[in-house]
Amino acid sequence: MTPAPLIAFRSVDLAFGDHLVLGKLSFEIGRGEIVCVVGPSGCGKTTALRVAAGLIAPTRGEVAFAGAPVRAPRRDVAIVFQDYSKALLPWRTAAGNVSLALEAMGTPRGRRRERIDALLKRVGLFAFADKYPSQMSGGMQQRLQIARCLAQEPAALMMDEPFGALDAMTRQSLQDEMLEIARATKATIFFVTHDLEEAIYLGDRVVGLMPHPGRIGIELSVDLPRPRDQVTTRESPEFLRLRHKLYDFIHASEKGGRP
Amino acid sequence: MQRALALPAALVALAEIGARAHGPSDSIAPPSAVVSALLEALADGSLAGATRDTLVSAFGGLAIGAGLGLALGVMLGSLRPLDRLLEPTIELMRPIPSVAVIPIALVALGFGYRLEIAIVAFACVWPLLLLTRAAVRGVEPRLIEVARALRLSPLQRTAKIVAPAALPRIFVALRLAAGISLVVAVTVEIAVNPQGLGYGVMTAGQALRPDMMLAYVVWIGIVGFAFNAALVLAQRRLFGKAAGVEAAR
Repeated sequence: MTPAPLIAFRSVDLAFGDHLVLGKLSFEIGRGEIVCVVGPSGCGKTTALRVAAGLIAPTRGEVAFAGAPVRAPRRDVAIVFQDYSKALLPWRTAAGNVSLALEAMGTPRGRRRERIDALLKRVGLFAFADKYPSQMSGGMQQRLQIARCLAQEPAALMMDEPFGALDAMTRQSLQDEMLEIARATKATIFFVTHDLEEAIYLGDRVVGLMPHPGRIGIELSVDLPRPRDQVTTRESPEFLRLRHKLYDFIHASEKGGRP
Repeated sequence: MQRALALPAALVALAEIGARAHGPSDSIAPPSAVVSALLEALADGSLAGATRDTLVSAFGGLAIGAGLGLALGVMLGSLRPLDRLLEPTIELMRPIPSVAVIPIALVALGFGYRLEIAIVAFACVWPLLLLTRAAVRGVEPRLIEVARALRLSPLQRTAKIVAPAALPRIFVALRLAAGISLVVAVTVEIAVNPQGLGYGVMTAGQALRPDMMLAYVVWIGIVGFAFNAALVLAQRRLFGKAAGVEAAR
């Protein structure tokens, strides 16, 4: 872990009316680190991501990004939404959807095509540049959203259950593609998921939240070697030990008790 | 299609027989007489002139009213406080029948195009305003969030996200308003304005020419049909892809 964190939650409270969703949430994500956040439904993991992304303001406390408090979304923080079909523009082609981010970035018109081609190649969609999202499978649509996010050249990627709606095979290949992108871009990744194995497989660290209000229940360092492998990593004793610990934690916190 | 045409054909035949059996009348005429009256009006140019007058008013009113409604709808759909501020005013004005505005407009503008265009515009504002407002509000909230995440300016957000998302539904409103524009134009002509197809119906009736009166009515139907068909074609051309995407979701 690097000494200066890129993202720091500093006793963040978030209340919707009387309902406290996050309570004194404090944790840090180092530069280049992949942190996966898990927890039972209603524990506020998606809300925590939205606060960190600047989409909602905390009621008390603050999230600091590179030392400065986050008050609004930033272009160097890209958000990958779970519902890719809603997050893409249905009237634009794959190339057009990537272009949206470049237009927002102010990339000159003449340089867009080249960037779009490179980004679509990176996510394996180059051959589908002229297809509309409705003509693509779920996995392809999510790849397209990731390409659009990469167009922002983000220092951090906020991924909100990005593979939750995909089938198991597609999910695994996207996990590996994401790890490859993280390695190549050195982007910091805040990854929310409800899939415990996915969290261990991807993360340098896994943070487990407990509900009512959302707060940290467990923090696990994942000391599994990289590059990771869908078969051998998932079979390693360390992976199984972490999985066991995490399952026990989720089971206990779903019952409402402290682990 | 051929079977569906059997009913109107039978009705026309029945009308022919009925009208002939009834003898000369001030209010009805056999279809054959209507057709010859239609040809007569086409030949002497009176029908063309009247059609031009009505279409100028209908199009002019539609353009002004729809443009105004569109602009207001986009503003009210994206700015909640403004919407709340103007809502009572709109809800009070909207139920006023466009025909009820005729006397006021007549005093203010006198006879002619301006009168008719003003009333058509008044009638066309509402469907555009209400449906555009709903279309803008109905834009997928996730897309608005994408706009926020990318820090698009309000202008960029409107041009790149809101307008393309709302446009197919706005065009439906435009078709609705186009139908209204023709109805209102003809109504104004029948009620007060001495020009156009509506006035043609009135003068033929007063001249005790039921054949000519019905010829005008039939012609108004043809014009309305063509008007709508042209808009449907334009809609397919413009939004074929987007409409297909909407249906696929």
